Amino acid sequence: MSIRLHGASLRHGQVLALDGIDLCIEAGERVAIIGPSGAGKSSLLHLMASALRPSSGRLELLGEQPWTLSGRARQRLRARVGLVHQAPPLPPRQRVVTAVLAGRLGQWGTLRGLANLICPLDVPGARQALADLGLADKLFVQCGQLSGGQLQRVGIARALYQRPQVLLADEPVSAMDPVLADHSLGLLNRHADVNGVTLVASLHAVELALAHFPRVIGIRDGKVAFDCPADAVTQALLDALYANEQLLAQQPVPGPSLVVQIPRC
Amino acid sequence: MNRAINWLVLLAILAAVVGSFVYLGLDLRALVGNGGLEQMGEYATRFLSPDLSSGHLRAVGHGALETLAMSGLGTLLAMIFGLLLALPAAGRFGWPLQGAARLLLNGLRAIPELVWAALTVLAAGLGPNAGTLALALHTAGVLGRLFAEALENAPPEPAAAIRLQGGSQVAAFCFGTLPNLWPQLLAYSLYRWENNIRMASVLGFVGAGGLGQMLYTTLSLFQESQASTVIVAMLVLVLLVDAASDVMRQRYVRA
Amino acid sequence: MLIPNARDPATLPRLLLMLLALVLLWPGLQLSELNPGVLLEAENRRQMGNFVSAFWPPAHEREFLDLLLEATLQTLAVATVGMAMALLLAVPASLLASRALSLGAASRGGRPGFWSQTLRLPIRGLLVFLRSVPEIVWALLFVRAVGLGPTAGVLAIAITYSGMLGKVYAEIFESVDQRPTHALLQAGSGRLGAFFYGILPSAASELVSYTVYRWECAVRASVVMGFVGAGGLGQQIDLSMRMFAGAEVASMLLTFLVLVFFADQLSRLLRGRLT
Repeated sequence: MSIRLHGASLRHGQVLALDGIDLCIEAGERVAIIGPSGAGKSSLLHLMASALRPSSGRLELLGEQPWTLSGRARQRLRARVGLVHQAPPLPPRQRVVTAVLAGRLGQWGTLRGLANLICPLDVPGARQALADLGLADKLFVQCGQLSGGQLQRVGIARALYQRPQVLLADEPVSAMDPVLADHSLGLLNRHADVNGVTLVASLHAVELALAHFPRVIGIRDGKVAFDCPADAVTQALLDALYANEQLLAQQPVPGPSLVVQIPRC
Repeated sequence: MNRAINWLVLLAILAAVVGSFVYLGLDLRALVGNGGLEQMGEYATRFLSPDLSSGHLRAVGHGALETLAMSGLGTLLAMIFGLLLALPAAGRFGWPLQGAARLLLNGLRAIPELVWAALTVLAAGLGPNAGTLALALHTAGVLGRLFAEALENAPPEPAAAIRLQGGSQVAAFCFGTLPNLWPQLLAYSLYRWENNIRMASVLGFVGAGGLGQMLYTTLSLFQESQASTVIVAMLVLVLLVDAASDVMRQRYVRA
Repeated sequence: MLIPNARDPATLPRLLLMLLALVLLWPGLQLSELNPGVLLEAENRRQMGNFVSAFWPPAHEREFLDLLLEATLQTLAVATVGMAMALLLAVPASLLASRALSLGAASRGGRPGFWSQTLRLPIRGLLVFLRSVPEIVWALLFVRAVGLGPTAGVLAIAITYSGMLGKVYAEIFESVDQRPTHALLQAGSGRLGAFFYGILPSAASELVSYTVYRWECAVRASVVMGFVGAGGLGQQIDLSMRMFAGAEVASMLLTFLVLVFFADQLSRLLRGRLT
């Protein structure tokens, strides 16, 4: 048993992002989550990663309940779970090698983490993780100089380098071109398959989900719409899932902004 | 290469710190050990019972108000003079005036408040007037330079558009430049006000009025309990001004 | 009909604000006895003139220059040592006081819990207290406690600046992008690790630039603190002023200008180099 949710709900202020989700994902399973924008895919993954606390209901992760553990024990549990963010939150001035090696901060002691900052200790490891994604030449470049797709691959490399038992990926390939997206998803799946890692990924592109994952979960309005093997997903199910999807409202164009320097004293 | 230079710079900083310690020959152990700490503790305990008699409180209250008025008016005067000097210093009236204004601003800014206060006390006699003028003179230099920088960085397009419609220079400044500029000017002025309240409370050390004069005399007479009341009043004053300036910043600068 | 909209809704608040300002201005003028005219009165002008006319030529005897060099070096050393000691206290205090490293906040969308807020309060309070008493007051107190000389100046700078640096550092940690830190904390890393990998890369340049700027301020402050007997240039300026030795005051003010200019340039260089 890898992940289990019992009636888990999540409330962002007035909005109910997730509404009584019951879900069970076995160890070593590979699952894709699909659904229209704003359906709660991202919230579900953050909930599974114990990054967000459910407003009600229960989460079991690797046989433990993260929100009943002490802070220290929860940090140890989190070190065994990897989350790939849609827009990887990397400081622009950090070098790629450091960003990747930061994946194992939860497993390393503080001293080792600090030493690694001054002089990267495991350059071959980081290079290997990046080489699989075709980014080995960017090892010593600052994160701020990479494009969105390259940043996403750095985020994946960091999660792979972490060697987690559960790998959660939130739209991991949304900024990549189709060929690269296919390659990266293939890599994630191979890694999960070979190492017996549980893989859960949310995806925008239905065809990628059907092509790579044996099990597919459809989410709509914070509820599970369907949950079945990939070959049982029919056009009717998909049409119902994406019915009257609202086109995303255009982002308002930001006007000229006034920058005021406030001296700190 | 770049990294190597950075390491060298860090090493130089470290050497400077160690060198400074050695140069001063600070004997921290003598300060702490050998009964030094107890002595200091004993000295500190004498401050623990502030004098709260009504006569003293009234005097402290008056001193506090005087200090507040000095800091406020000093900053206000400095804002006016600063803006007047910033216009030429930002090159609005040609380069000869720009050079002269910059020189004046740098001179005003470079001399610390306390030295200005010593000079104004000489000229204007003891009392808060000297302190206010000293604050105004130094702060005008600081604000003038900051204002000039803000003026130079202000986008020229809105003012140019008004000029293009046939507006005068003054109209272009008031309707094109100032609306974008004044939050920045206010932010700088509030920051200086926070500085000036601290300075105003110590200018009295050289006879320029306010709480500082009281603190200096009470400490010289070894009246620690009275001095402690004055220090508490300074603390309250500083916290009050910081809070007021924060409220104004939230209200007028960030909005 | 336009009549309901004819009046600007901002009129009344502005009018009241203006009235309030005028009401406050009057007692302010009374209390500060402001009268810039005195600077221009003939009697006072002559007195100032006498003092200032002694400024030229600045004193430049051999002995005096040696004394000047000694005092200048002492001023610089006081500022540097004071800053170093302030950092010792400021860095741990800022880490404790900052909300950026709250484990609770990482899993609650950035809002720390009630207890983690409450436990940070005393440290914040201490920092505010340290920075709110002006350094020169601390210097005055320490001069009485440990005697005349640079030790009092060092302690005063260390205390005031640890408060300033600690508070501003904590604010800087909170002002940078929190997502990298939260991601690291959510991936199980320790707080210190999350700080060094998530916050420091984004905050380093601002931290360095603020620290160098504060060092520059410390140089000015250590000059000013000399006026209450904490050593350095200030003490010499004070002595010479009491003796109405205009020439000495002039050369010391010139030295001070050079020192400030030098500190300004050095801090600009360091900021360019290290950020």
